[in-house]
Order: sequence, then C-alpha cells, then structure tokens
Amino acid sequence: MPGKLKAKIVAGRHLPVMDRASDLTDAFVEVKFGNVTFKTDVYPKSLNPQWNSEWFKFEVDDEDLQDEPLQITVLDHDTYSANDAIGKVYIDIDPLLCSEAATVISGWLPIYDTIHGIRGEINVLVKVDLFNDLNRFRQSSCGVKFFCTTSIPRCYRAVMIHGFVEELVVNEDPEYQWIDRIRTPRASNEARQRLIFLMSGELQRKIGLKVLEMGGNAVVGYLQCFDLEGESGLVVRAIGTACTLEKISTLPATATLPSNSSPSKDIKEPVFGEEGPGVPLSSGPPTPLRAQTFSSFSPSKSYSRQSSSSDTELSLTPKTGMGSGGSAGKEAGPLKALLRQQTQSALEQREYPFFTLTSFPPGFLLHLGGVVSARSVKLLDRIHNPDEPETRDAWWEEIRQEIKSHTKALGCHAVVGYSESTSICEEVCILSASGTAAILSSRFMQDGPLETDHRFEEMVPPGCEFCHIPYDELNIPFPAQLTYCCCCRRYKVPDVLFTTIDLPTEANITGKGCLIQARLCRTKKKAQGEGNAMAISNLLPFLEYELHTQLMNKLKLRGMNALFGLRIQISVGETMLLGLASATGVYLTALPSPGGIQVSGKTPSDITYEQHISNMQKKINDTIAKNKEVYEINPPEVVEEIIGSPIPEPRQRSRLFRSHSESSDEVSEIDLSHGKKDAFVLEIDDTDAVEDIHALLTDSPTPAGFYSCNTEIMPGIQNWTSAIQMFTSVRVFRLNNVNLTNQGLNKVFSDLCENLLKSLYFKLRSLVPCCLCHLNFTVAIPEDELIQVAVTAVAMSFDKELTLENGKQSGDKSLKKENDEQLQFNLELNAEMSSSNLSSPKGLTEVGSHPSAKAPSVDYSSFADRCSSWIEQLRLKAHTIRRGSVKTTSSLEKASPLPEGRSRSLRSNRSYSGSSVAVVRMTPLSFIPGAKIIKYLGIINMFFIRETTSLKEEGGVSGFLHTFIAEVFAMVRAHVAALGGNAVVSYSMKECVFMENPNKNQAQCLINVSGDAVIFVRESEVEAASVHPQSAATQTSNGEGT
Amino acid sequence: MSVELDVFVGNTTIMDKEVYQLWLNGYTVNDAVTLRIEGGVMEECEVLLSDTMDQYRTFQMCERLLHHPAKLANQLLFQIPPDRQAMLIERYYAFDDLFVREVLGKKLSKGTKKDLDDVSSKTGVMLKSCRRQFDNFKRVFKVVEELKGPLVENIRQHFLLPDQLARDYAAIVFFANNRFETGKKKLLYLTFQDFAFCAGQLINNWTLGAVDNMMEDMDVDLDKEFLQDLKDLKILITDKDLLDQHKSLVCTALRGKTNVLNEMEANFKNLSRGLVNIAAKLINAKDVRDFFIDLVEKFIEPCRSDKWTSVDVNLYLTHYTNSAHILDTFKHHSVWTRYMGVIKSCILKMYHE
Repeated sequence: MPGKLKAKIVAGRHLPVMDRASDLTDAFVEVKFGNVTFKTDVYPKSLNPQWNSEWFKFEVDDEDLQDEPLQITVLDHDTYSANDAIGKVYIDIDPLLCSEAATVISGWLPIYDTIHGIRGEINVLVKVDLFNDLNRFRQSSCGVKFFCTTSIPRCYRAVMIHGFVEELVVNEDPEYQWIDRIRTPRASNEARQRLIFLMSGELQRKIGLKVLEMGGNAVVGYLQCFDLEGESGLVVRAIGTACTLEKISTLPATATLPSNSSPSKDIKEPVFGEEGPGVPLSSGPPTPLRAQTFSSFSPSKSYSRQSSSSDTELSLTPKTGMGSGGSAGKEAGPLKALLRQQTQSALEQREYPFFTLTSFPPGFLLHLGGVVSARSVKLLDRIHNPDEPETRDAWWEEIRQEIKSHTKALGCHAVVGYSESTSICEEVCILSASGTAAILSSRFMQDGPLETDHRFEEMVPPGCEFCHIPYDELNIPFPAQLTYCCCCRRYKVPDVLFTTIDLPTEANITGKGCLIQARLCRTKKKAQGEGNAMAISNLLPFLEYELHTQLMNKLKLRGMNALFGLRIQISVGETMLLGLASATGVYLTALPSPGGIQVSGKTPSDITYEQHISNMQKKINDTIAKNKEVYEINPPEVVEEIIGSPIPEPRQRSRLFRSHSESSDEVSEIDLSHGKKDAFVLEIDDTDAVEDIHALLTDSPTPAGFYSCNTEIMPGIQNWTSAIQMFTSVRVFRLNNVNLTNQGLNKVFSDLCENLLKSLYFKLRSLVPCCLCHLNFTVAIPEDELIQVAVTAVAMSFDKELTLENGKQSGDKSLKKENDEQLQFNLELNAEMSSSNLSSPKGLTEVGSHPSAKAPSVDYSSFADRCSSWIEQLRLKAHTIRRGSVKTTSSLEKASPLPEGRSRSLRSNRSYSGSSVAVVRMTPLSFIPGAKIIKYLGIINMFFIRETTSLKEEGGVSGFLHTFIAEVFAMVRAHVAALGGNAVVSYSMKECVFMENPNKNQAQCLINVSGDAVIFVRESEVEAASVHPQSAATQTSNGEGT
Repeated sequence: MSVELDVFVGNTTIMDKEVYQLWLNGYTVNDAVTLRIEGGVMEECEVLLSDTMDQYRTFQMCERLLHHPAKLANQLLFQIPPDRQAMLIERYYAFDDLFVREVLGKKLSKGTKKDLDDVSSKTGVMLKSCRRQFDNFKRVFKVVEELKGPLVENIRQHFLLPDQLARDYAAIVFFANNRFETGKKKLLYLTFQDFAFCAGQLINNWTLGAVDNMMEDMDVDLDKEFLQDLKDLKILITDKDLLDQHKSLVCTALRGKTNVLNEMEANFKNLSRGLVNIAAKLINAKDVRDFFIDLVEKFIEPCRSDKWTSVDVNLYLTHYTNSAHILDTFKHHSVWTRYMGVIKSCILKMYHE
C-alpha cells in the first residue's frame, strides 16, 4: 500500500570550506529514497546556504518506507571535476509511519562523513502521507510501535502481553566483499552504514508482521544486535515482547474512547496491567494526577466481571467496556482480569514463553525461580544464502529450547528479563542467552476466584510473594536451603535469589542496594577451528563457576541476599576468555539474613598461619559490618529455622542453571553449588585462594555520597532530584606482559574495572549525593592483549533526607545549587514548550482521538516570540548599552551570523527549538526523574562508522574516539529534537567496535546506539498546568539538568 | 601494561573550572595533575591523570568553537548549559595584565608573535598562554576592523564578552591600531588598566564614532578633522598676552586652595606649552604614537618633581581648562573642551603620586 514521502531542504550552516581559493563552498543537496533521487539547486559561494527547496515527493510502497532510510547527501559543486561529497544524513522515517509517534521531522541535523565526522548541519523537513486507514496496514507492518524500554512504556497501558518475537536477517558484509579492495574507505563505510540501515528496517518490519499476526500493536523491550562475523557475513537479529498497548489518557472523562486507536479492535482479552512500574519509580508522594490515572483504570472492573463469566467468550469481549464504569473500582479489578487471561496452558502453547521485559505491571509476576542461562560455542561458516538464514536460526532455537527446559526444571513456565548475546573471535562464536525463570499470574487462574481474591489481598502488601519458591519443596531441582518467608511466614523462600530482572516495585527490601561485579580472566591456548571451539567450551563451565562463586561471596560480604539485573558477559579472545558478571545486590526482607563468611585453613598446626587466617577472618567480618552500616541493612531479628530439606547437605545454594554446548550438540549440566562444602566457608589451601580472598577484599568501597546499581531502580532510593548526567566511558587496556598467570590477569582486569569506577565517581563528584544507575559494563577483546571496557550509565542526584525535607531544605538547596551550576539548564524553552503542550486539557485528547492532528501547534507559535534561545540569552547577558538600545538591537541583527528571524519563521510550529539548540536529555533508564513522559515519538536506532587515516592529528586513539562518541551523542540529540522530542530514554550503546593500526596512523570505529525518543514535561508543570492552564506558561522549570 | 585509550563523554559536557584554568594557563597535562594533587582534590594520580586528559581533550575540541563564540551557542557537538558557555568564553578571552602590558600598542603581526617567548620569560606567563592571548587580540582585531558601528558593542556582540572585558579588548584594538608607544622606560609604571581607561576616553571623545556612529573604522581611528582643529589651540601659547592672561586667571582661582601654588605659577607657561604642543602635533601619526610619553614628559614628570598631589593636579587642570573659556580672544571653545576633557582624565589616571 503506497504512501507519499515528502522532503524539503531548507538550509545549511557551518559547512566546511570546500574551495580553498575562495574559502567558500558551492553546495547542493541530493535527496534519495530507494532508487529515486532529487537534487536542489547549487547555492553558490556560501557556508550557510539557503536552498529553501520545493517539496521533493517520493511515491513508494509502505514496505519500502519501513525498510529504507531517506538519504540526504550534501555535495560541493565543481564545474571541472567530480562533485565532492561533504557528507550525508540518513533519516529513519519509521517514526512517521505510526500515528501515535511523530508527525514531522524538522530541524537541524548534523551532516556526517565517515572520514571527517560532522561537517556542518542541514535543516530539513520530512513528512509522510499514508493513503490508507491504519487498520489495513497488515501487509506491511506500519503502525506497529517499537520501544527499547523494557517495561510497559509510561504513557501506555498493557491491554495484553502476547509474548516473544524474534527475527534475524543476514547479509554479506560489504567490508569483506571483493569490491572493497578497489573502492575508497568512504565508499565502503557508506555501503556498510546503508546496508545496516536497510537490514534494521527490514528486521523491524518482519518483527512487526509477527506482532500483527499475534494480534499485538507494539513491541516492548526491543533489542536489536549486530553480529559482525567478518568473512562469514553480517547478522542483524532482534528480540522483543509483543504487546497490545493502549494510550492512557490523563483525564478520566475522556478515557480511551473506543475509536481512538486501531488496536482496540484486536483486543480479545480483558485488560490487565497498570501504568506499569511508573508509580513507584517516580519520586515523591502520589500526585493528584496519578490519582486520576488510577481512577481511569477502574472501569475495567466491570470488564473483568464479564470475562470471568465465561472464559471462552474472551475474544468477543466488546470494547465498550473500557469507557464505561464507575470510578469506585478497586485495584484488584484489572489484576483479576490479568490472572484469568494468562492461563498456564496459554503460556505452554507458546513456542517460547519468554519476555524481554524486566519490570512488570504489579501482580503479573508471581514467583521467581532463579536465573536460567545457556551458552553454546559455534564455528562460523560462510552464510551461503542470505535469504535463508537457517543455520543461525537453528543455533538460537537450540539455545532457547535449552532455556525452556531449564525453566521447566525450576518448576516455572515462563522466562522474564530474557536477553541474548554473542561474542565473536575469528571464526568462533559464543552464543549466550539468559533470563529468569518465573511463574506469571496464571497460577491465580487455576485457583478459585474467591481464594484468589483472598490471597491476592493478603499477600501483596508484604511484597514478598515473588520470593516464594515456585518449585515443589519435595522435588527441588537443585540443592537449596529453604526457610519460611520472613514477611508472611507462610510460604517458603530460598536463602538467596538471583534474577535478571529489575527489582519488582512492590518488593519489600531492607536498606539500600549496590552494584556487585564479579570479574574473571582466563588464559587460553591459541588454537584453530574445532580445537579452539572445544577448548573454549571446556573452559566455560569453570569460568561460570568462578564468576558465580565470586558473586556469591561478594553478596555475602555486603550482607545481602538477592541479586537483580544479573548480566553475565563472556568475551572470547585469541588467548583468553573474559567473564564479567554485574548485578545489583539487595537485602530482600522476605529472605533469610545471610550468614557471614568463614575462612578456614588447611594446615591448622602452624600458629602464624592460623593467626594470618584469623586476621583475615577479622577483616572480612569488619567489612561485612561496615557494609551493613553503609547500606543501612538492619533487618529485624529473626530466629532462623531450617526446615527439612530433602537434600542430605542442607547448606547448598545455587540458583544458576547453566549449561554449555559445543557444536556437537553435547549438552552438559553442571551443578554450580559447591559440592559438599559449605559456601560460607572459604578454604585457603593454596596461594590462589589467598589471592582470591584478597581480591574479594580489595574492591574499593564506593566513596561517600555515591551509590551504584545496574538496574533501572536503585533499591532504597526514590527521592530523585531532576539533575541527571548520562555518560559513556570507554577504556582499552593493553597487556604488554605476555606471560601472565590467571591470577595476574584477574588482578589486571579487576583493577581496570575498579579504576574505571573510581574515575567515574571522581568525575561526577559534583552531583553528590547521587547514584550511578544502569551501570552496565561491556567487555570485549578487540585484539590479542587488548581489553576493552565500555559503560553507558546515568548519574542521578537525590535528596538525602526525604523525611527531613522541610527542615533541611534550605541547606540542601544551597548545596544543590552548586551542583546544578554545572548541570542546570534554566531554560524557559522547555517549560514553555511543555506547558503549552498541556495548557489545554483538550490537547491530549485530541492527540488520542485524531491521531493525525498535531494538537497544540497553535500554542507553539504563540510562544515563538518569547522563545529565548541560548545565543540570545548570552547576548542579553553581555548587554550593557553604551550608546542607546535601539542602535544596539539593529547591530545585533547585523552581527548575527545566522538568519535567525528567517529560520524561526520557518519553524514557527516548533518554536522551542528555535534557531539555536534545544536541550535533549539522554538516559539509559526508562524514566526521567521528576518528569512525566507524555509522548513516545518512535525508536532511535542509529549505526555509524568513523574512520581516520590521520590518527595522530586527531589526538590519538582517545581523541578520535572522544570526538566520535560526542558526535554520536550530537546526532542522536539532533534527530530526537527534529522529531519534536526533548529526551531519549532507554538509551544504550549496543556496539562499540574499535580497531586501530597506529603504525599506519589509522583507526576505525563502529557504534550502534538505540533508545526511545520522547517528550516529557516536569511533574511540577503538569500539576500547575492542570490547575491553572493560563498561568502555566509563566512557569519556569527550576530544576532541570541533563 | 598500559591504558591505551581512555575517554569519558557526558551528554552534558562536564567541565571543571579549575582544570580549564590550568589549561588556559598553558600547563601540560602532567603539570596540571601535579598541581591538582597539591591542591588536594584527590590523591590518586591515575584518576586525576585520566580526568585531566579528558578535560584537556574536551577543551581542545571546544577551542575552535571558542574562536567564534557565537558558534558555541548553536553548535550541536557539545551540550553545554548557557552559564557554562559564558564562563568558557569569558575565561578564554581573559588575559594577564602583565602580558598585555608587554604587547600593548605593538603591531599584532607575525613578528610580534615570534617574540612571544621573550615576553613569556619576562612576564612569567607560559608561552602557550601568551600565544592564546595574542591570538585572541589578533582575532578580535581582525573581526572588528571590518565592522561598522561602535567598537565595544561590536566586540561584545561578536565575542559575547561581558562588558568590562569587551572594553578592555576595545582598548587593545585601539592601541594596536594607533600603535601607541607604551614600552618606554618612563611609561613602565603605568598599568594596563591605566591605559585601558585612557583608551576608553580617546575612543569616546576623539574618534569619528564620537560624532557620527555609522562610519567605518569610526572607533579605531582618531577624528582627523578634530586633529586638524587642534592646531588652532596653538594661539594659547603663541599669543603672549593670551598666555599671561590665562596664567593670571588660573593662579587667581587657585590662590589659597593649594600648597604648591608657587610651583604652579612658576611652571605654568612650561606646562601650558607642553599640553598645547601635544595637541598641535597630534595630526602627525608619528606624534600620536608618542602621545602618552609626551604627556608623561611634558606634564606628569614636572608636576611630580614639584610634589603635586593628585588633588593639586585635578585643581590645576580644572581651572586651566575653565579659565581658557573666559579669555576674550580665545574662540575655539568646543575643540578646547573636547581636547582638555580627555587630557584631564588621562593625566589624572596616569598620575601616580
């Protein structure tokens, strides 16, 4: 089904000088989509050309619209020789294909060249007219929304979570084609960038089709990855969770009109779910607004009654139930519905009952079994037929089956927090998958409705239910020590719990959480082919065992009993394997208090030796005590009673189910528990063990005022301020000493991570008290003897004393002011923009009911004059008039290097981004503290290559990468701003492949980033806007940071 | 074993004021780290080294934007809050008074730049910093050279500088353009601020811009017509009667108000000749250059040797200026006012007791 893509090239600025003689440029633009190309006129002799072109119109299939990017090339006209390319802009038009996302792309976008980086900016306007009703998009998958966020997006409600979707596409890597030998690096890089854009588009479309087949309208927790398999090809694969989402209207009166969105027709089952984790994540006490949100859910109670009358009737449930109903409904209403619709059998029918989500609507998650993971070592071979990527599919299928069987063994029927990853070195590839075995709400379903109610109401308040074991106590799949739940005292819980998901919002915890990392390095002999694969798969179990031991010991050392967000990454290099496990430790109130760690020596006869051991014991005990204090872990005293465990050795603790398989399909399972030994006891029998214990104790403590976690929520901290700082840090470490022992390598690797953390704490010291959230390290072995660690995280500051807020506010404020000096953007722009967006209560409903209408556009223009851009602010600041203000103003216009007035008038409907740069916040989390996301504009998925042949001149490897990362940020921000957004959430840098050849003065880097473009408004403004729509415009945001 | 690559990039560009200052001052990364350790920010050398290198890189990348401060506000590469931008610009364009004193009035040419190492060793300002400051002067000079309109305003608009700094730059540009001599031994006691004040006086009163504000180069060059008119003042010293009359008027007015009346009386003719001769010679570019040295030699030094106080000088100049208007045969009142107004304030500024 066709659509019309329209593009207009407005202007350029800051172009590079292309003609040395005149120090100017004769620029023109080629606009290409598919095979059609348009050109603008040449704008001679200017670095700030004003093309102001006509609308270029492309009439295309919507399939192409999904697959292809719009390609804009800026060139320098040359009469005598070939035109020189200045750079390119790829625009992903996918966000324009969905009625609920962006409607226009308009703004200054950086012109990017793979050799020179950003070379000026271009102002473009892009629109899409689709000639058909949204509901008939089924042939392609336009209109399916994609979210990187791994929870139900903030302004949506999950009507239904359908389940796992996956797809992969393969192609030859242009870098390895024969033609690459004769073309320039630029041509090769561009071919690669374009191919990956195309493949991502195709992948997204195919996944969209699957979603539509399942009856969904969105993919949440969309995770797309590249496998650069070198000679054997390029794989782009993605997984996600198909959902049916429904936009939440903030106003109960107009809540979800039946006509407002196409997905309503697909709804076969009752509503379940809530605003998702939104409630507990956002700071402060519930606002009036949130209360409204709650009441808007209540109608679904009547709905659930309908469905309970007959389960078979589900598919016929009329949509009208949504809008009607009183406001008296209890929260239990939607949850009951949820329980019913998610039957166990339904889950079992699914090929893979996997969910890439890491946090869930309250009540969805019933019990957690523990981490399940599977790895497999494969030998890569050339992909012969790109259209049938069967081998790769089969590999993943194998692994998923394995995960599924582990899940069953844990007595669970679903996997949550599921993710997949690869590590490639030469022709060896390790495929990994991990998740958390869980029982979803279907268990309620099997019980009688009455009992369900009873249990539900009684158990949710303690927030301990998810800790209760899902498996049969008498048939435990692995040795475990069970006790009665410390909260409800009715059900049994394990002594430790490892999971890959975020801490459920309803969970009862004691104290605060903290980042726990286990790091490991193992040498390996150089080998080829099958032998290499074999060697690796033999090493893997030991690696995992030790990582697990480290995690467990470090957990105990902090006096905690559960891990969330566990991510184990194993990287393979030619001569070593790296393992890095990160997780957020927390003390779950429901679980028993962890015991200490005991050190025992093997030769107790020697007195000095014993003294040494007792010293060490004392150190460990001190550390535990200190950690308990730091993390405020002081659980109520509980008499521990070990209940009869059927296992002869009761003190066993391992939740980690793992296995690895080699190409031969051989699957071995290893019991990761510590055999017959007590896990609390660290036996010192050789120097290695001593080293281990030292390593355990040398983790430097986080400096005062800092907390860290690798999850979305920091357990124990809620009162965030609005100051946030997202950052990416990359380090590459060279091991010059070839003959390192395992222990030595471990130390090097561990120091590398510790030093990186230390640097981060130092850099961000101005934000204290603050927490580094989503601190996920990515390790790689780019070359022999090189270790690369990359991290993208966000530092968020918080108010130390929530309870003392009133008394201490003044003190805190003054302290904060200093921090904010660096990070605050006291821009009125955002305030104005956002309040205008909400100033009329109608604004939002309009968006809902007329998807195509850009609701508050009129309001924008009224603010056009007041739009204060940075540049003007600066000028005003430096403004003391010597000779009369009138004169000054006129000279200001003249002196301005940019035709400001003009560009503003062109963009009058988006005045807030004005002629200068709008602030775009970025965060790896799914939320922005103190703010409410009011609109998702679409997924950002960008892939860039940068190459240089003058590495030294660009400041060496660090200078090169520093510039490149800054450029990537700039391009992400510009594209988000062009979509009309002011933030990126769930941002991640999924790939950062860095290669260097200092001898040739060359380096190359590939970066892949993704995230969700959103519009947010400050919570204070939302309230103000709803109370006094008129005065809202004068509000200034006083706590903005990025 | 070594860190091969180490970068940290924030969505909001993190910049440490202290490190920025070290960078501006021309310290190498290692020296900066040493200084920071001494400053007590942190003990761990490794962490500081990594941080300092990151910051230095950031500053280097920002530097080309700082050359055109207006670009800093609408570039996309770095997300920098407005107050930070202002700080970056202000500090980048800040200069050492000691340094500027050395190059003030010199031609901003390659030759001068080559001599910067001497200036550096003389002033103790690092060569790197000297170069930056010199290049700033030159850049500002080049830009405003081609612009119409008031000098200070142009500098403020183009380089987004705070008012005081813009005025200082105006002074530097003005001095460089007119090549005023400031390096003679007799002038060494004067600070940059003394000269900057005088430059402000000259710009505001003696340039074309002072009368017509849309002329090219209006603030950079002195008003030729005015300089021509100054010749007419010569009558004050060439006409014997007028000179005597002037003297008696001034002395009468000063009677009882100062302790150095006798010296004033004795020196009157000399001083008056000195000031009027300066005025008459200003039409020659060569003599314009010697304006300050002339003021010192012809007026300030004689007064100082007679131990006049600033109050004395002020009194004397006030009455000297005003009395001329009472002279019957003296017709050039407006030129006299325009001339003496500047001379008086310059001398007062330059008169260090």
